[in-house]
Amino acid sequence: MRFLKSIFTKGSKKTRGVSERGIIVFHHTSEVIKAESLLKQAGLDVLVKGPPPEIQSGCDMVIEFPIINQLQVVDILKKHGIDPVQLVSVQDHLLEPVSLYNVKDFGEFLMVRAANMKITVDKKSLEIVNVSGGGCPDVPFLAELMVGQKLFEAPEPAGNGQTLCGYSLHLAYEEMKRRCHG
Amino acid sequence: MSWLIVGTVPDDDFPLVYGQVRVEKGLLRIGPHNINIARGTPALAATTCLAASELKIDAPYALLAGDAGRGGGSRKLYSHMVEIMGDLKMTGFTFHYLQPDVDWHNKILWAIQDKLNSPCLVADAGFMYVAKMSGFAADYDLFTPDIGEMSFLADETAPHPFYTRGFLLEDESKVEEYIARAYSEKNAARHLMVKGVKDYVVRDDIILSTISEPGVDAMEAIGGTGDSLTGIITAYLMAGYEIPRACHMGAVANRYLGLLANPTPAFSVGQLLPHLGESMEKSRELWVPDGNSS
Repeated sequence: MRFLKSIFTKGSKKTRGVSERGIIVFHHTSEVIKAESLLKQAGLDVLVKGPPPEIQSGCDMVIEFPIINQLQVVDILKKHGIDPVQLVSVQDHLLEPVSLYNVKDFGEFLMVRAANMKITVDKKSLEIVNVSGGGCPDVPFLAELMVGQKLFEAPEPAGNGQTLCGYSLHLAYEEMKRRCHG
Repeated sequence: MSWLIVGTVPDDDFPLVYGQVRVEKGLLRIGPHNINIARGTPALAATTCLAASELKIDAPYALLAGDAGRGGGSRKLYSHMVEIMGDLKMTGFTFHYLQPDVDWHNKILWAIQDKLNSPCLVADAGFMYVAKMSGFAADYDLFTPDIGEMSFLADETAPHPFYTRGFLLEDESKVEEYIARAYSEKNAARHLMVKGVKDYVVRDDIILSTISEPGVDAMEAIGGTGDSLTGIITAYLMAGYEIPRACHMGAVANRYLGLLANPTPAFSVGQLLPHLGESMEKSRELWVPDGNSS
């Protein structure tokens, strides 16, 4: 961890707090170069670094990126056929995303929560009636896109969101779809 | 008191704007712009504006930028705010839906501390995330987390609620433990307004009051009800109330919004706001110094 902290705080004025950076681990060096170019073209603040010794898999370079933009990063890589080995937080590369869902049944309506995001659906019509929670700016944008749409026809958060809040909403949305399939 | 609400509008084409806000015909107005108040910072600003009117004080100012999640609008706003900081004669700021960016956060915070006379600093949503992430949470006067965000504040390693570790589950029965943990790691503001089935008003790791009545289940599902709460609290702060009292009365008023509107989970926050005046009146009627837990 000391190694991780040293490489990722180098040159930064930040002296406390937790890291806002993530790292992407790739299979091949060629993917790193292509990904760096694509992510920079998208205006993202990325840097190519050596991998932390704790990470055994993948090639000998990783890309450091603003972790808040994880969904945007995944979307860009996916669109260009790049499938990274893993994306992890610099703070502790063993950190796992939340994986438990909280479900609340209001009778006519069902709400699913993943991390800080909630989606609520009318159980009979399967209309998305509300999206709540979150704090990143794509949340109100995604809510405007999705509320009023049918669950299985709505624009997917993963394809339209940019941040970890957007990704949390996507997990809640997928879980809602799974539950509403019966 | 002059107050600035800082946040985003979910439209990348919306320009950077600064000015006093008003609410007309169900829309938030700033300069020539009309903004839907469904949720997010427009909902917070509209609620603050309407609540300020109920309290017979001037409407707040807002600094808004269009940002649908790529962060460009937030960065433009941060840059502009640092430039004009010395001219902002504000007694308080409420920071809201903004792209978390630690470097810009620090520039904003340091500019406030260098150029202004200790204004009241309230952070919610994305700016609360980045305030915690920066390690400067204790420099803030108030955070307004829900239970998921409280777990995030309690997890000293999490850079975002998405990465909150599994042993800090969103368990309402452990809120007091999470509050203590957040303070012990210096990841909490001086005051917390923790929103949940039971709301907690906290100062420096001491729970001052709790609010659990009236309880309206549907409110949890309605987008913007956290924004309306932060909006009411902001208005009470603008009117000069102390932070604990502003939070307590804000929580009571927000609950009465739900009771009076009798919503289903399909309601919008805009459908609750017509009851704001009566809800705030109720919150002031029910205030009893030193005896406010329910």
